[in-house]
Amino acid sequence: MTHPILSVDNLTTSFRVDGDWVPVVRDVSFTVDRGETVAIVGESGSGKSVTALSIMRLVQQSHGRIEGAITLDGVDLLGLDEAAMRDVRGGDIGMIFQEPMTSLNPVLKIGFQVGEVLRRHRGMGAAEADREVLRLFDLVRIPDARRRIDEYPHSFSGGMRQRAMIAMALACQPKLLIADEPTTALDVTIQAQILELIRELQKDIGMAVMFITHDMGVVAEISDRVVVMLRGDKVEEAPVRELFAAPKHNYTRMLLGAVPKLGGLGDTQTPRRFPTLDSNGTGPEPDNEADHRGKTILEVRNLTTRFAVRGGLLNRPVGNVHAVENVSLSLAAGETLALVGESGCGKSTTGRSILRLIEPVAGEIRFEGQDLMAASHAELRQARRRMQMIFQDPYGSLNPRKAVGAAIAEPMHVHGLMDSARIGERVTELLRLVGLDEEHALRFPHEFSGGQRQRICIARSLALNPSLIVADESVSALDASIKAQVVNLMLDLQRELDLAYLFISHDIAVVERVSHRIAVMLLGEIVETGPRDKILCAPQHPYTRKLIDAVPIPNPETRRERGGLITDELMSPVRALDWTHPATRMHAVSEDHFVREF
Amino acid sequence: MTAFILKRLGFAAITLFAVLTIVFFIVRVLPGDPALAILGDQASQAALEALRVRLGLDVPLYQQYVEFLGGVLVGDWGISMVSGRPVIEEIIKVLPATLELTIASLILGVVVGIPIGVWSAVRRNKLPDYLARIGSLLGLSFPAFVSAVLLLLFFSIQLRWFPVISSGQGGSLADRLRDLALPAINLGLIMAAYITRVTRSAMLEVLNQDYVRTAHAKGLAFAIIVWRHCLRNALIPVVTVVGLYLGILIGNSVLTEIVFNRPGLGKLIVGALNQRDYTMLQGMMVIYTLIVVMVNLVTDLTYGLIDPRIKYS
Amino acid sequence: MTSPSHSPRLSRSAYLRIALASLAAGLFKAFNANKTSWIGLAVFVIVALLALLAPVIAPYDPLDQNILNRLKAPSAAHWLGTDYYGRDTLSRILWGARISLTIGLMAIGSAMVIGTLIGMIAGYFGGRTDLLIMQVMDVLLAFPSLILGLIVVAMLGPSVANLVIAIALTAIPPFSRIARAPTIAVKNREFIEAGHALGYSHPRLMFGHILPNIAPEVLVMGSLWLATAIRVEASLAFIGLGVNPPTATWGGMIREGFENILDSFWLALFPSLAILIVVFSLNLLGDGLRDAVDPRLKGEQ
Repeated sequence: MTHPILSVDNLTTSFRVDGDWVPVVRDVSFTVDRGETVAIVGESGSGKSVTALSIMRLVQQSHGRIEGAITLDGVDLLGLDEAAMRDVRGGDIGMIFQEPMTSLNPVLKIGFQVGEVLRRHRGMGAAEADREVLRLFDLVRIPDARRRIDEYPHSFSGGMRQRAMIAMALACQPKLLIADEPTTALDVTIQAQILELIRELQKDIGMAVMFITHDMGVVAEISDRVVVMLRGDKVEEAPVRELFAAPKHNYTRMLLGAVPKLGGLGDTQTPRRFPTLDSNGTGPEPDNEADHRGKTILEVRNLTTRFAVRGGLLNRPVGNVHAVENVSLSLAAGETLALVGESGCGKSTTGRSILRLIEPVAGEIRFEGQDLMAASHAELRQARRRMQMIFQDPYGSLNPRKAVGAAIAEPMHVHGLMDSARIGERVTELLRLVGLDEEHALRFPHEFSGGQRQRICIARSLALNPSLIVADESVSALDASIKAQVVNLMLDLQRELDLAYLFISHDIAVVERVSHRIAVMLLGEIVETGPRDKILCAPQHPYTRKLIDAVPIPNPETRRERGGLITDELMSPVRALDWTHPATRMHAVSEDHFVREF
Repeated sequence: MTAFILKRLGFAAITLFAVLTIVFFIVRVLPGDPALAILGDQASQAALEALRVRLGLDVPLYQQYVEFLGGVLVGDWGISMVSGRPVIEEIIKVLPATLELTIASLILGVVVGIPIGVWSAVRRNKLPDYLARIGSLLGLSFPAFVSAVLLLLFFSIQLRWFPVISSGQGGSLADRLRDLALPAINLGLIMAAYITRVTRSAMLEVLNQDYVRTAHAKGLAFAIIVWRHCLRNALIPVVTVVGLYLGILIGNSVLTEIVFNRPGLGKLIVGALNQRDYTMLQGMMVIYTLIVVMVNLVTDLTYGLIDPRIKYS
Repeated sequence: MTSPSHSPRLSRSAYLRIALASLAAGLFKAFNANKTSWIGLAVFVIVALLALLAPVIAPYDPLDQNILNRLKAPSAAHWLGTDYYGRDTLSRILWGARISLTIGLMAIGSAMVIGTLIGMIAGYFGGRTDLLIMQVMDVLLAFPSLILGLIVVAMLGPSVANLVIAIALTAIPPFSRIARAPTIAVKNREFIEAGHALGYSHPRLMFGHILPNIAPEVLVMGSLWLATAIRVEASLAFIGLGVNPPTATWGGMIREGFENILDSFWLALFPSLAILIVVFSLNLLGDGLRDAVDPRLKGEQ
């Protein structure tokens, strides 16, 4: 008879808010067995992270209260005194967090921070700890370990920091590893490496893993059993195959509806809405949109944007960031072109350069027949009425001190489009168009949820009747359910208003739904461009293949064996001053599918 | 590293040059004829003219400026109009007393302020925090001369523990310390109030950081987390602010020196003001500028020592 | 003219009204976040009223000398005693409050406007503009403000106007720093970029969008700097560079009292307490509010 490593029974965690205890996790029970990986899935506010912090008993610091029972390998954790609990933290339970960039102390050397665990729990001396840290760095595949233990966190990339965090968590061979969204802040290719690493290490060490995530694809890749949480409650628990094959709870079905199918849309070339939620969870898979693309409205030729990197004694330019290099693309009315790539690939800069929010150094931008590069300040202002932008952060893109109605009305006042009475009517129309009410006009942004704010931003950008919208990671910060709704709204608006979208995203699940065509960017260049189905199902460029390969597939049956433990880093687009870009050509795979020579 | 120091040195030189220029123009361009101010409006035209020549005010402005800058560099800061002795000599005579006072109060401020600030942040919204906050708020509400007067009233006049007038120099070490004690306590406690507050808010910010949660998850004891992981991060803003507070410290030292009748730059500058000793005033501003620029340099370098993210390039 | 078919609720004046209401609500919330700010405000309002009403409530003329009544200890006739010339200390403190508050408010008011403008320009435009402006401000900031004030007053002569100029000069650099930091933070938020994309002009973005967001922080710092200004004014008067005697100023009273400290300590004590009360109440006010507006400390708990 083996007992589980971790058993959580009727866990309720509450926080004190204005004198009352508000439960954030309610009556949650589950177990984690030896060598097993249990995924805890949920959206923001589901209480999944608080569950993890409750097991570590790290919620008291912020006035939390834990009730129920938590047993680790037969030890009642809630009954331990603080000193004994400290022996458990970092000793019996290791934990890694979401934000690798801020989870390491910036003023202490990495080697010291990892070694600290060894000295604390295994009583090692400095020299012995150093040797062990080297071994751990090799284990988590940090190259050049001997040099890197003496470096500070700021010289580590996000992926490398997360490896160091894993080394720290595994230093004492814990019985349980808690990983709280460890790959959410990472690029998809790095995510694939880290997931692979955790899987390998678990096999070697035989520890139990509790893996917290919001991403069903990641769940399918890594877990044996799944616990689904919604607003503090456990709503479903099942072995991973069972859960994916026959989800019982509506919420689980909705989560599964929001994942990338990768080629699941077949060889169609038009967008398709996300299934909408009905009483059974998800509705039927909608049909593809009809193809109603019009004539080309945007033509970009050889766009190049560079930023100077300054340094040295006199703050002279010492190099250039080649953010956008020789980018050409075109977009038709009613069409969506998705610009995909990992962080630093220049996709956002491309979008901003096209609107000339950032000044390109060279290239040609023709928008509705007008040469934007030659446009004067006044002409550009006029042109901007027809090309708008929606941003990523729904909390940052609205002025917190401006009423929503005023924010939507302001552009119409500024451009003198109509008289005040008409503007008032138009604000109401726009709010209704994005699914809100006239009532909402007299409220402030902080009274709205993230999804509603994004709707408000869309309404504001539509105020000037644009024909082109650059959407920069516009739904990336939203939970899956909200994300689906906003994407559906955008598709509806595209159909009604004949909008062209330049859809910048790293999220393949959304790109697959929303786009007609896809352009893949790497180091400032477009390496491959073509219709959606061809890019996703028959990628030609090695980078596109790698990128598509790294996307977690929500099917535990086809869990892929990846090519061993690789430690690639994203390359840097910073080059010396005298560096000239090698002239490469795009060659045609078919009439609408182009690949950069490699 | 060398490049970093060179860069800071270059910046210090530019600052020095800029302030000297401002000083020069404040003294020359502001309304009021120094000669008239010194001799009074009863003076004859000839006497005024003679004084202007003596002060070097008869040559064109740009020439005065060049002579002034050149003089500063070679240590020729002019002759005091009152005592007739070189300005630099008079300043160097009293400089040690002021330095002794400011350094002592800076040390006191750091030694008292940082632990209380850390303690206050760690015990946020508990009794110690309230006491520290009210105490430090009270401390920085005191104009330095008010607190000095009150200290003098109580400890020197009522209790007679300390001398009413401190000599600032000479005497045995014990005498000097006794002289130094009250003025240094006065300045030091005000400094401690400032440092407590900035340490507290810096610590509060640091305590909320993700890496503190990581440290907890490693099973480290709270004391180690606070002193090893948090304080060093919190010191980064503290160092900057202490550098900025030097201006307040210098201003307060002037007031303190007057109340305790202690020789030093403060008494020198007030004397110069009262007697309209323009060359002396100019010299005082030069020395203050030098001090400020040097402290800023030290602050920058300290900054680099604490924060590994500062690139020495 | 046809009557508008929509509800007139969505007009610019309606937006303005609710914006002001939300500002007031925010202020009220900030005060309530830290109850000590109410105490600070109450004390300061009382002091301000006393100063305003000094001509009515002061028992004596502050300049009336009475040689027979010199250096009297506090009594029923003179609650806070009399000074070397037989002038009533209480009346002089009440009248002195007018000088302190006038100079403080005028100096900080103008420094706040000028400094905020400079800081916003530096922060908003960034790059070389920022570098140049802040380099100059840092040089001014580095110089001890009391010494700077001292020199300026000594050169210009001690009058209310000159003291305002001197103190404002020393407070402009800190205000430019205070305004610059949140300007940069707000400027980097996406709604400003959205404004560029919507074709808004620089002045509209600076004054319509950034200013309302940084105003709370600047105003709160204003109350703390008002405390500093009152302290500096008193310090200058103590050194002998205050508004010319026989005008009653707190610093000047302490200076005169200090000469008789061995026998009539109350002469220095009472004006000292007056300064302390005003400065402390302002610090209490500003400090309580600062926690509420400081974005770094928000979102705790």
